[in-house]
Amino acid sequence: MANHDIDLTVRRGTVHALVGENGAGKSTLMKILYGMQRPDEGTIQVDGEQAQLHTPGDAIGRGIGMVHQHFMLADNLTVLENTVLGAEKRHGIAGRARERVAELSDAYGLGIRPDVLVEDLGVADRQRVEILKVLYRGARTLILDEPTAVLVPQEVDALFDNLRELKAEGLTVLFISHKLGEVLSVADDITVIRRGTTVASLHPHETTPKQLAELMVGSELPSPEIREQATAGGTMLTVDGLRLTAADEGGARRTVLDDISFSIREGEILGVAGVEGNGQAELVEAVMGIRTPDGGTVTLDGEDITRAATRRRRESGIGYIPEDRHRHGLLLEAPLWENRMLGHVTERPNSKGRLLDLAGARADTERIVAEYDVRTPGIEVTAASLSGGNQQKLIFGREMSHGPKLLIAAHPTRGVDVGAQAQIWDQIRAARREGLAVLLVSADLDELIGLSDSLRVMYRGRLVADADPATITPEELGSAMTGATTGHLDHAEDHSGEHAGEDAQGHADDHAEDGEHSAGEGESAAGAAAADGEKGGAR
Amino acid sequence: MSALSRFAKPDKEKLTLAVGAPLLAIVTALVITSAVIGVTGKDPLHAYAVMLDFGSKSDSQVWIINKATPYYLSAVAVAVGFRMNLFNIGVDGQYRIAAFFAAVVGGALSLPGVLQIPVIMLVAVVVGALWAGIAGLLRTTRGVSEVITTIMLNSIAASVIGYFLQEGRLAQKDGDLFHTPDIPSGSHFFTLPTHPDPVYGTVFVAGLAGLAYWFVLGRTRFGYDLRAVGRSESAASASGVDVKRMVLTSMVLSGAVAGLVGIPTLLNESYNYGTDFPAGIGFTGIAIALLGRNHPVGMALGALLWGFLERTATQLELEGYAQEIVGVMQGVIVLCVVIAYEVMRRYGLRRQQRRVGAELAARAAAGTAGDEDEAKAEVSA
Repeated sequence: MANHDIDLTVRRGTVHALVGENGAGKSTLMKILYGMQRPDEGTIQVDGEQAQLHTPGDAIGRGIGMVHQHFMLADNLTVLENTVLGAEKRHGIAGRARERVAELSDAYGLGIRPDVLVEDLGVADRQRVEILKVLYRGARTLILDEPTAVLVPQEVDALFDNLRELKAEGLTVLFISHKLGEVLSVADDITVIRRGTTVASLHPHETTPKQLAELMVGSELPSPEIREQATAGGTMLTVDGLRLTAADEGGARRTVLDDISFSIREGEILGVAGVEGNGQAELVEAVMGIRTPDGGTVTLDGEDITRAATRRRRESGIGYIPEDRHRHGLLLEAPLWENRMLGHVTERPNSKGRLLDLAGARADTERIVAEYDVRTPGIEVTAASLSGGNQQKLIFGREMSHGPKLLIAAHPTRGVDVGAQAQIWDQIRAARREGLAVLLVSADLDELIGLSDSLRVMYRGRLVADADPATITPEELGSAMTGATTGHLDHAEDHSGEHAGEDAQGHADDHAEDGEHSAGEGESAAGAAAADGEKGGAR
Repeated sequence: MSALSRFAKPDKEKLTLAVGAPLLAIVTALVITSAVIGVTGKDPLHAYAVMLDFGSKSDSQVWIINKATPYYLSAVAVAVGFRMNLFNIGVDGQYRIAAFFAAVVGGALSLPGVLQIPVIMLVAVVVGALWAGIAGLLRTTRGVSEVITTIMLNSIAASVIGYFLQEGRLAQKDGDLFHTPDIPSGSHFFTLPTHPDPVYGTVFVAGLAGLAYWFVLGRTRFGYDLRAVGRSESAASASGVDVKRMVLTSMVLSGAVAGLVGIPTLLNESYNYGTDFPAGIGFTGIAIALLGRNHPVGMALGALLWGFLERTATQLELEGYAQEIVGVMQGVIVLCVVIAYEVMRRYGLRRQQRRVGAELAARAAAGTAGDEDEAKAEVSA
């Protein structure tokens, strides 16, 4: 990504946040500051002195260290070994190194256990090891690239405590994020980047998340709310008694989908909430025919497709936005027009009979690029060279171009910038008005509540609760996602005598505060973080 | 959208990269081999002059084309696997066992040539396909790597041939050699009346195979699916390709082409399968597929280059150069090509990412005035 006219001043001893959409140029800027890429023009000064940062070595020499989004640790080495690796000259590899690690750990409250194997550490601990590595190399300025993306809320708080410690010791932190609430809570200064250039510098106390977001996108913000009457059509998708078992790492079979039943009508969006790893991904893959269920039926528009191959299902009108677009949605090293064919190679305009229609596919890719605002200089560039949001717009455009009857959207706006997110929401809404049925799986509760016509909660492979998105709050939904509440979830304020039966179950969430349930919550939250970490690694 | 107007530029750049990589490879290879020849105390430039001079003689040209024909077929067979991330090391065993049984059938029949030649070729294709299919089947049902199975199948093929290639079984003794009965002269493949030696007509078989390779992979739905699996198995599977079936199909296809590798020798040269039947062409094919980057024309050039080097090796020896020098050249060329392409690929990818960013930024900067309105319009659209 290109940068131009970037002006950024970071004061010593502060946490400085850099916010911007995906593809706005944050990462490029960081690479330049860390010496991984050279600027064409402009200057960088460190401590008032002009610096030439040609390699990460130069940057480290100037006291600039970087904590990458994806951890760079050797799993089979201990924390101490990982810290020392590559910096053996500083304090040797034994006694003195150990002392230094202990010193740093105490000074900044990192709570490091030097002899634990990295593979036994959770995501948050690994991140602290990464921070320790940078400090060990003598960094006085730390660059953190989206450090909270892989953390659950409690871990984020702990990280922010660490950052405040660093700041108190006079270190400088440059913090990249697009989670605005976090930025406001931890940063002393905020710089907003849009389309490769700095558009604003702010103090957190003089701004709001909404204002920040608008600066990032350059326009007013949309919200996922729909709240218009659904055009109640016939049943489009029926899943009945779906069961699926899968072998886990130890080879033992466990149930991942247990008696799943639901149906979606035309023009209805069914949202499935759940902490990741509770079977949502498997459900999507079973409906797509990528996994073969052990029991139950899947019916699309009156036709039994339980045994149909994935391609048949796609041809009969299922659009699919996969959770992991790099692994399941794109051929990264192929040009955009070849990606436009993916999943629809048997359909027009991609092929005529058994032969490909290259001209047709190219022309239609141009159309998708224009209609869905995929920002690219052309259709011959590889999918890998687009930013995440633009890749997602291409996938979305492709799936919507074959007149789907049912759209399966798994985390459709994950890792997508605010502008693209709004656009995708708008288009899902528009398609719903035309009678599209949507199965929406998401970890973004605002998205689920805002878009869905009805909500289900998935927990340990079962649909344990349902809720009305018009009244439910994210907190109530969150409680059900940890298994604390089941059945029909009623909004706490508007319950009355007529719901007595359901309330007995629904009110379990009032007791969610007690010790047992909190423990359960912590456990599944950690599980989700671990799952996230793996995914992050895969990308 | 101005996407259309920017269409031509990346294409030109792609072309530069496509030409740049082999050029870089050849220059590097020349420098390294010159150094090697220089170290042996000989004049490298004289060696190249000898090679060019001898290699361009008309009998050399014919020899090179005839030699390149099986090499090309072998490279295509390997490339079919490469395009979907399968490494078929077993082309060697596949073409030998295919040629052997084709020779046996050819020697036993005496049909008119128009019938018998297709029968012989069909036997070769089917046997090659079946032999490769074993590896495909083991991979899809048992998850055994095709690299392991095809290497082992090479040895098994050699043993099977060795067993049958004995007097009283399927072979006859001829001096010190054993070979299958000769294919009747009516079933020999035609040759082109070139001087001083004829060019084998089977060069057209190789040409057709190359054409079919280009068409099937680049222009058909099947080819798209195959390439999709090669680029990303997970994405192909999610898109609706039956990956297991595709693995088996492409392995069989690779074996079928491999079955043709022995045909030029069998129908234009030896007319039987004997203990002196050429071996190792399957491995040459791997080198040529790498050299030609799996491209139908690139592989043809690679096969001709290989033939040229082998032809001139004998002459270099006569001039007092070490006979291994050509082997060194071949190895250095393949290494240089593989490295040069990888370097160019990474450079191209990085460059492209930068360019996409730069162009978008330029566009954004140019449209700053109308930017706010445009963004609003996009959102509400």
